[in-house]
Amino acid sequence: MSPKKPFFWLLVAVIAVFLLPVVTRDVGLRESLLLAAIYIILATNLNLMIGFTGYVNFGNIVFFGLGGYIGLYLVTAAGFPVALAATVAGLGVGAIALVFGLGILRLRGAYFALATIGIAEAVNAFVSNFGPWGGATGLYLSFEAYRPLGGPREALWTVYLLLVAVMGLSLFLGYAVKTSRFGLGLFAIREDEAAAAVLGVNTPLYKAAAYSLSGVLPAVAGALFFFKQGVIQPDQAFDLTLSTEAIVMLMLGGQGTVTGAALGAFLYEQFRGILLTSPVFSSFQLVIAGALLLVTVLFLPGGLMGWLYHRWPRLRRVLE
Amino acid sequence: MSELLEITGLCKHFGGLRAVNEVSFTVGTGEILGLIGPNGAGKSTLFNLINGVLRPSAGRVRFSGTDITGWAPYRVVRLGLARTHQIVRPLNDMTVLENCTVGACFGSQALGLGPARRVADEVLELVGLADRRHQLAAGLTIAGKKRLEVARALSARPKLLLFDEVLAGLNPTEVGRMIEVFRAIRAQGIAIVMIEHLMQAIMNLSDRVVVLNFGGKIAEGRPHEVATDPTVVEAYLGDPNIAARLAEPPGGAESPGREPPGREPQVQEQGAAP
Repeated sequence: MSPKKPFFWLLVAVIAVFLLPVVTRDVGLRESLLLAAIYIILATNLNLMIGFTGYVNFGNIVFFGLGGYIGLYLVTAAGFPVALAATVAGLGVGAIALVFGLGILRLRGAYFALATIGIAEAVNAFVSNFGPWGGATGLYLSFEAYRPLGGPREALWTVYLLLVAVMGLSLFLGYAVKTSRFGLGLFAIREDEAAAAVLGVNTPLYKAAAYSLSGVLPAVAGALFFFKQGVIQPDQAFDLTLSTEAIVMLMLGGQGTVTGAALGAFLYEQFRGILLTSPVFSSFQLVIAGALLLVTVLFLPGGLMGWLYHRWPRLRRVLE
Repeated sequence: MSELLEITGLCKHFGGLRAVNEVSFTVGTGEILGLIGPNGAGKSTLFNLINGVLRPSAGRVRFSGTDITGWAPYRVVRLGLARTHQIVRPLNDMTVLENCTVGACFGSQALGLGPARRVADEVLELVGLADRRHQLAAGLTIAGKKRLEVARALSARPKLLLFDEVLAGLNPTEVGRMIEVFRAIRAQGIAIVMIEHLMQAIMNLSDRVVVLNFGGKIAEGRPHEVATDPTVVEAYLGDPNIAARLAEPPGGAESPGREPPGREPQVQEQGAAP
């Protein structure tokens, strides 16, 4: 499974761009790219479910929020270093997702999508009433927590670098799954689940594994992001808007392709930035996101990558 | 002939409907068994019971010495029992090669991607789809999709294939080419159970024939015996004269190597008269 060159160089180029603010010490650019990195992480991991397996997960944000809670709790209550807390959060959420997945993946189509929203709401309700995690007021970090990283200012840079690393891992994971036997099984499920089972794919296990895997890196990202914020509250952590936006990014870029997921997320972040700072559109940002989704689905069903593949069919074999 | 597949007292009831009722038969290694009967006789349901798409209400299925009754389909195919679908189910947005690679990866040998692609290539060569290997499966003609069904099942490297009306809807040339494929498969020692309405193919390829009607087995035997059986004539073949003519081809119907005479009558509705 040696990485094909174009993808490898693209990955290097993307990471190089994201390291730009580290060189220039530009805080504004860092904050913008940090959000882009999180969007790319959410979109590329969501792609494992929507793009590869054909199951629409509307509640994908639950991984991000739960990761944030587990991570912050481990930092505040157990004094874990943030990198370790984030890793544990990722693995923990992956394990929880495996259990959930074995249950709700019996449902298909719209019923599955509804169940994922149900899970997000149920986890939100649970956390809002869970004493050790601060209930509705959430968890707060003291400034002490940043001391091991050289104080708050330096900690922000460290967290940024870690998030860029998680983004790189997400891209690589997408690529690795897409070019693997596991990925082939997922594609078969996406195309025709019953036929996949007849061909020998262990569909319940593969679906649950994909669901679980799609939760690990977003959970790590959640732990890092909320560590950076210094506070986590249920309504931010389990914000279904961000969940839906991740779907818009994925559709925009082209579901099923790693490059498309990343491209869609990056463009959406830029687009959103322009809208939010524009005096005319700032309150219409989500309306426009919705319109964007409709236009994409109607006129570019394969997203940007689908359009590119259509224009240059050879690209399909070169760029994942 | 050692028994590869052994079905005993298999039943499937949907509410009050006995779709499959007390059906028993065996298939030997390398044997070709024809499964015929009118529409709605329970033939496809029987396939679904054998490969685990449906769970039988009663009865046992033994394959290759293992009781596989009620196993999930993905476990059944890993044991070496693959099938095609009557209504083709290509993995549309994947290439022809990828479709077969899935079959080889998750089939009886559980191959890795590289070896699976080699098996897929070999099989595509055999069924005559090699020049379409990089085309998306959605773009194939119906005959191409039928070939793909066969190729995909064959990629699993099975000991037994269940073919559900592979020849239906093909034109006479395509039927002829597919029959050649069947012979090549048999030459590899793979057993086949085939549901078919095309009597020409059944008479020429089958070692034995089982006839279903209203979910029950009404006859079993060599092709020419079955074709002259009055019960079968009444239930399925309809015209006793056609049956009689089918039963007396010059040289004997049971020699599978012979091509049928050009004006062989066909008891089927697809109108594939040569």
